Amino acid sequence: MKEKARRFLEGPRLDAFSKVTGRERYAADEYSKEFFWAGAKRALIPHARLLAVHTTRAAAHPGVLRVLTFRDVGGSNRLGIVRNHQPVLVDEFIRHAGDAVALVVARSREALHEALDLITFDHEPLPGVFDPEEALKDGAPRVHEDNEEGNLVRAVRVRRGDPDVTFRGCDVVVEGMLETPRQEHTYLETEAGWAYVDGDGVLVVVTSTQTPYRDRKEMAAALGLGVDRVRVVAPCLGGAFGGKDGITVQCLVGLAALSAGGVPVKMWWNRRESFLASVKRLPARMYYRLGAKADGTFQALSCRLYFDAGPYAGLAGEVMAMGVEHAGSAYRIPNVDIEGYCVYTNSALGGPFRGFGVPQATAGMEQVVDMVAGKLGMDPLEVRRVNALGTGDRNCVGVELRYSAGFSECVDKLVEHPLWKEREAWKASAPPWKKRGCGVGCMAHAIGYPALIPDEANARVELTENGTIRVYSGVSDMGQGNACAYLRIAGEILNQDPATMEVVQPDTDHDLPSGTSSASRTTYTFGNAVIQAAGSLKEIILRAGAQCLEIEDMDSLELVPDAVRIKGSGRKAALRDVAALIDAGDRSCKGYFRTPYDESTLEIMYLGTHVLFSYGAHLARIEVDTLTGRIDVVDYVAVTDAGRVLNRAQYDQQVQGSIAQGIGYALMEDYIVKDGRHETEDLATYIVPTSLDVPDMVSIAVETDETTGPFGMKGIGEVVISGCVPAIANAFHDACGVRITRVPLTPQRVLSALAGQGGEE
Amino acid sequence: MKRKISFILNGSPVVVETDAARRAVDVLREDLGLTGVKEGCGSGECGACSILVDDVVKLSCIMTAAQLEGRKVVTIEGVGRDGELHPVQRSFVECGAIQCGFCTPGMVIAAVGLLKENPDPTREEIHAGLSGNICRCTGYEKIIDAVEDAAAKLRGGGSGG
Repeated sequence: MKEKARRFLEGPRLDAFSKVTGRERYAADEYSKEFFWAGAKRALIPHARLLAVHTTRAAAHPGVLRVLTFRDVGGSNRLGIVRNHQPVLVDEFIRHAGDAVALVVARSREALHEALDLITFDHEPLPGVFDPEEALKDGAPRVHEDNEEGNLVRAVRVRRGDPDVTFRGCDVVVEGMLETPRQEHTYLETEAGWAYVDGDGVLVVVTSTQTPYRDRKEMAAALGLGVDRVRVVAPCLGGAFGGKDGITVQCLVGLAALSAGGVPVKMWWNRRESFLASVKRLPARMYYRLGAKADGTFQALSCRLYFDAGPYAGLAGEVMAMGVEHAGSAYRIPNVDIEGYCVYTNSALGGPFRGFGVPQATAGMEQVVDMVAGKLGMDPLEVRRVNALGTGDRNCVGVELRYSAGFSECVDKLVEHPLWKEREAWKASAPPWKKRGCGVGCMAHAIGYPALIPDEANARVELTENGTIRVYSGVSDMGQGNACAYLRIAGEILNQDPATMEVVQPDTDHDLPSGTSSASRTTYTFGNAVIQAAGSLKEIILRAGAQCLEIEDMDSLELVPDAVRIKGSGRKAALRDVAALIDAGDRSCKGYFRTPYDESTLEIMYLGTHVLFSYGAHLARIEVDTLTGRIDVVDYVAVTDAGRVLNRAQYDQQVQGSIAQGIGYALMEDYIVKDGRHETEDLATYIVPTSLDVPDMVSIAVETDETTGPFGMKGIGEVVISGCVPAIANAFHDACGVRITRVPLTPQRVLSALAGQGGEE
Repeated sequence: MKRKISFILNGSPVVVETDAARRAVDVLREDLGLTGVKEGCGSGECGACSILVDDVVKLSCIMTAAQLEGRKVVTIEGVGRDGELHPVQRSFVECGAIQCGFCTPGMVIAAVGLLKENPDPTREEIHAGLSGNICRCTGYEKIIDAVEDAAAKLRGGGSGG
């Protein structure tokens, strides 16, 4: 990469000023002189037939405008991405505690809460099912009576080679049942929306969403409106991590606005409602079996992965499929039998969360990899190096890797790291009553959507009348700073200082459908589209510049900040003057990009697979307090191949934030739902890491040059989180000589394991 | 019951007529338009609603309007002077301590409060001093860096305090 080409990519985030001064306006910050509050009556029971909803008393409350039930929903009253079966307001069956049975529109927040308490409903309780394996047994209560496959959302099976025969010839075979918990995203901004019907009769919803274009279609169908009668605007999100990959408040606040006579309606879930009604990372139970030769080479893998989807399909089946695709982590394994089951239960909603099924599978695989190393007496990094995937290899589901793959380099960097090399001395110097351990966890993570779903982006870059550059984003910025990345990429192409440019956040009115803010794709996919758009605009600007400067030869011109200049001369034309020569319609250019895919992978599994991956190798050094059971993560090293680093600060933000969430997943986060009842209610019962729980972190970038990526980059948003659970769990085994098969490694589990009681709580 | 509540808000006297039992965060956001004061939990766990009351960090989601009476209140909108960023804010920008930004106002307030109390904190003291404010995006490292950096700026320049 030439020096010149990196002029504007580095630098502080361009949204930092508005955020640090409190001026950034989130969906939760919408207010106006007159507006109504909307709120949902939640079922709070896991499974029942709804018989009647009694709204008269609530409707009679003087502060209440309307009380709405399913009868007031004009459309299908159904939400869903793959299957449309989640009611906006329950009409027949309650399938989890967070289902909404009625909607109140009130003049004040106080009136809203009083009215919600006045609503009652009659129901016939139904037996529930709360464990995915139980749910697959004959005679288990059915979550959806009409589902032909019982409680199965979807099953995926990938077989390659002959695992059964191969296992018999292995020198070592290890087995383990490993479990991961339900993790809550706990974004700081709970679900919020602001809706009104505008002067043209269009329902406008300003909301905290990762998916404005998909939401629009889903809302239109559920509420019975034409797609062109719905507009979704997505300002900056106060965090999301996958939890806002889909409808949260949108239909409810939209439905409320349809009955509010043009007055805006605000819906903002409190933390408890957010916990009750939002998706969580799917809990997983994984049965792993891995066989290797004496030299450490993996020969065969068989595993069964059970994912608890909760009551509705959402994207749960796709999360499971992604887990299957990554079940073998970043290794060559010629013989596999991988089964994945995604199962309905009456527990909490399951859905996307940073990693999308990969953290679960990686937690399983990377622990059995350590078990193989242990049985063979091999160094855990050596066994990983021996089996490391590289370009040209086939991954566990048989996809040939044709793009950049720097996994071996990641492992090598860790091997060389002083925190790894000097681990034995560090462990030996543990203070009294403490045990120290070092653990490794590695991972791969796919970029973009699987083959069947076009992973496309449409960007628009404009030269304004004032001669400044404006970038229209089609992908929500949930906090990762992709909007800033788009400005920097456009600035790089157009040689303009991004600080003088403007980004417009997604709005379906701008007609730039670009998919979701997810799948480690936001900068990769949309960034490529920005490069296309900015490249086209550059041509237009130079052509007009030639006209302005009255010269024929466009090649003698260059773009410089705020002007078009004749190369090697001081003569230039200000962009404002250049802009005046271009028709308004020609001052903006669109760019399009589709992420690489391989249709032949449709034969491997439902939706096909991915072809492009980021990779990483992690080291955790932990200290276990044998008296209290507390684990401290003392040092953490994350080596990552996410291609070229465009902006080091933003890159490390993703690395560090992922590690903190991963430490939470490994040590403390467990959203408890018992028999369908949410025992976790708030941030006093759901503990996430604070500044006291994370160490200073070492982030090392292995910068492969991904030729399909904007300036050589690949996605960094998700890959890192998958390494944390295995690195920490393996470190615990290293410290204490026992393995706790279920994370989080709470003090209770640690003390139980140390007492030889199996690590149960 | 509605009553008049007077206090100094970001350097200027204000009087609001409201139910004394309303939450301070609602009065600040809804009546006074200070939406920089965020709410993340409503139960005093996350710190997003942090404000300074007589120079001490308080959580406005578990305070009533009446508790503001006669106090000197500073929200994120009142940090920094004459359009200039406060050194803590500047350090947050420069050190890359901001992602989604929803915890940022509360975090800045907590850091300003911490540095008023302890102008020369160790890194461990910063970790402890900010432990009442949850950030779900950054993993805290750059926030701790920013507060260290701001402490040095404040000790060196003496501005903004």
